[in-house]
Amino acid sequence: MEQVALQLSHIEKKFAGVHALKDMYFNLKQCEVHGLLGENGAGKSTLIKIIGGIYKPDAGEIKINGKTEIINGIKDAQARGINVIHQEIVLVPYISVYENIFLGREPRTRLGFKDHRQMIAKAKIMMENMGLTIDVLRPVHELTIAQQQLIEIVKAISFNVRILIMDEPTSSLTNKEVEQLFIMIKKLTEHNVSIIYISHRMDELFTITDRITVIRDGSYIDTVNTKQTNIDELVKLMVGRNLNNYYQRHYQENGERLLEVKNLSKKGVFKNVNFHLKKGEILGFAGLMGAGRSEIMQAVFGADQYDSGEIYFDNKLVKLKSPQDAIDIGIALVPEDRKKQGLILGNSIAFNLTLTVLKQFMHGCLVNQQKQKDIIQYYIDKLNIKTPDADKIVGQLSGGNQQKVVIAKWLATKPKIIILDEPTRGIDIGAKAEIYQIIDELCASGMAIIMISSELPEIINMCDRVCVVANGQIQGELSQSELTQEKIMKLATGRA
Amino acid sequence: MASQSMKQSDDMSYHHSTIINNIIIRSFKNFITNNIGILIALLLISIILSFASPVFLSQENMLSVLRQVSTNMCLALGMTLIIILGGIDLSVGSIVAMAGTLTVGFISIGEMGIIPAILLGLFIGTLCGAANGAAIAYTGIPPFIVTLAMMMIARGVGYIYSGGQSIRIFDESFTSIGTGYLGMIPYPVIYMLVFIVVMLVVVNRTRLGTYIYALGGNREAARLSGIAIKRVEIIVYTIAGFLAAFAGIVLAARMYSGQPSVAQGYEMDAIAACVLGGISMSGGIGRISGTILGVIVIGIINNGLNLLGVNSFWQLVAKGVIIFLAVYVDMLKRKKAN
Repeated sequence: MEQVALQLSHIEKKFAGVHALKDMYFNLKQCEVHGLLGENGAGKSTLIKIIGGIYKPDAGEIKINGKTEIINGIKDAQARGINVIHQEIVLVPYISVYENIFLGREPRTRLGFKDHRQMIAKAKIMMENMGLTIDVLRPVHELTIAQQQLIEIVKAISFNVRILIMDEPTSSLTNKEVEQLFIMIKKLTEHNVSIIYISHRMDELFTITDRITVIRDGSYIDTVNTKQTNIDELVKLMVGRNLNNYYQRHYQENGERLLEVKNLSKKGVFKNVNFHLKKGEILGFAGLMGAGRSEIMQAVFGADQYDSGEIYFDNKLVKLKSPQDAIDIGIALVPEDRKKQGLILGNSIAFNLTLTVLKQFMHGCLVNQQKQKDIIQYYIDKLNIKTPDADKIVGQLSGGNQQKVVIAKWLATKPKIIILDEPTRGIDIGAKAEIYQIIDELCASGMAIIMISSELPEIINMCDRVCVVANGQIQGELSQSELTQEKIMKLATGRA
Repeated sequence: MASQSMKQSDDMSYHHSTIINNIIIRSFKNFITNNIGILIALLLISIILSFASPVFLSQENMLSVLRQVSTNMCLALGMTLIIILGGIDLSVGSIVAMAGTLTVGFISIGEMGIIPAILLGLFIGTLCGAANGAAIAYTGIPPFIVTLAMMMIARGVGYIYSGGQSIRIFDESFTSIGTGYLGMIPYPVIYMLVFIVVMLVVVNRTRLGTYIYALGGNREAARLSGIAIKRVEIIVYTIAGFLAAFAGIVLAARMYSGQPSVAQGYEMDAIAACVLGGISMSGGIGRISGTILGVIVIGIINNGLNLLGVNSFWQLVAKGVIIFLAVYVDMLKRKKAN
């Protein structure tokens, strides 16, 4: 049990003269689940890319099972039993599960054709070993994201894996699917596999890991036993200072009713949705992924149509046909997926920030670029977007800063209501705390806020009221004093 | 700097000139850095040709190159907007032929006045563009297929109207549109310059320009940002249709005839110029200045090969090889930059 599977010492890696890693140390024991924690940009991905053979270190030593080794590329890493499961799923969508598992190393028949029978048989056995019931003949695109993720793991294991690196494997899974994943991880450790587990979700790290290594600014900070630490200590190690008031919230007397949604329905998506929203409050929308929360809000925002029901804004019945209509009356939506829905990644901060409000800068039919600059700088300062200048390409920013750009872009429309769909997904703790602070300030200034979130601690600590959605319907509404994880989960899973 | 000085002083005219100077210097720098690859290629080709052929650098030849590229410039400018938008337009060559044939026909056969005929020809070509845009925006059929259909339809309409024959025209007041000169500068070159200026302003300074980049970069994000994406698509394809029709009418005037079979493959020349100018086929990236250079490089290659007496079949091969190499070098450069 106490044998060391992998040890890195004095690892250095520079990109264009800048240290990405300096004097990095990492120690992975046999059969343990080892959490790797650090803010975005701390060097986690560089570290796992070095272990996975994608990068070569400039200096330092890698020991596998006590022997000094040099890893020459991904294939070599795989041959030594090291495999990385990346955050994004890299399966081919329109071919079957078993073909994906054997992609690039298909067994052949004597005539040189692919041996489908053998592949199917082997894939089935692999599934059984991991306790999965997914049909290996199904094409991958028909599976849920969670199932695809499990297939990735099965595929990784099929390489005779000894060390498995998982990069944010749960970022798109529901709680139930996370449980399934954790069972699988436990099984793997019983089969002599050591696991490096990267996640921003503290509760997961405490559930699944044995030890946690914290890195910051490309340097090794500390390795702690999970059982002997707590969130505060980890956060302190990670950001290098105490983060007071991680969740910031100043509750206040709510103002008048700003939005009322009555019996909103869309066939097969959501049904009889009723809720209202007051000035200066945060209304949470909890539920499992795919429960229909985002779809309801897309309809409220005018981005999707609904079949029946009414939306009242400021006590007036409104019919929103497009996002532009919603923007005009003062509703903004920060969408769930900032890369796919929120940003034009290849363009600058300035470009993205002003996209919603170009109208304000028109001088005849030309855009007044000088006037734009003031407002861009105002929001960069206000939301503390970390960038050398406004011309920086958004795709090159960290997740937290990208999210701030999306929020800024919507604040620029001067909304009365802002809908935040998973506002802190995939961003690091320091940036999360900043976003919470921003949300709190907006609320205090009298804005009405709807926050969709799958992270229960966030919902519980930030919201005045919470609607729990399952199967496209609001299953119940909980007030601040009633909020507990158990109550929300009961409603969300329909076990109430 | 500029904004500070603006606040501090009241002398507006002074700032105006410094701001404008700054903008000009900055745009010039941007122009150089964005297009360094193709500029070097252009310079090299020009140097080689000026040695190989004494005629090459003559004023006469330069103006003739500009006149020759004017048609492709019109098409490529429209194509640039469409490719940045994330689309493609295969129908512009056919619209060139159709608009020229119809306009000449309206005058010669239909005995229409010249101006109404031109306006009607322009209108029909523009309508084809609008139809492209509307079909793409509202049916969700990919632009490649929609414009492929329009390519056949427009070509067919030209043939049907003219019975497959070319229609001749000798009316000076019409043909001078394509053959006339202002001083020593051919009219088509002047049209081209006007379109270039308008296009630079549209792309860099108007909302439409920004929206085109936004749509090409991320359609869904653009939609959720409140951009009327269908309207933008229709406008852009309409612009391309208008430019193609305009080019077609000028071309017909220059040839003293409306020929339904003319301009085959012109859409590909326009696409080649865009690609050469660094317009990304996946959308969202590219500058008008790149396209302008792309058009000129292709024009100079054509002209140079002609001057050197290379036969036209070999010219095609040479053009293909040069385009491939230019884009490949550009890609290597980008990879290195990343």
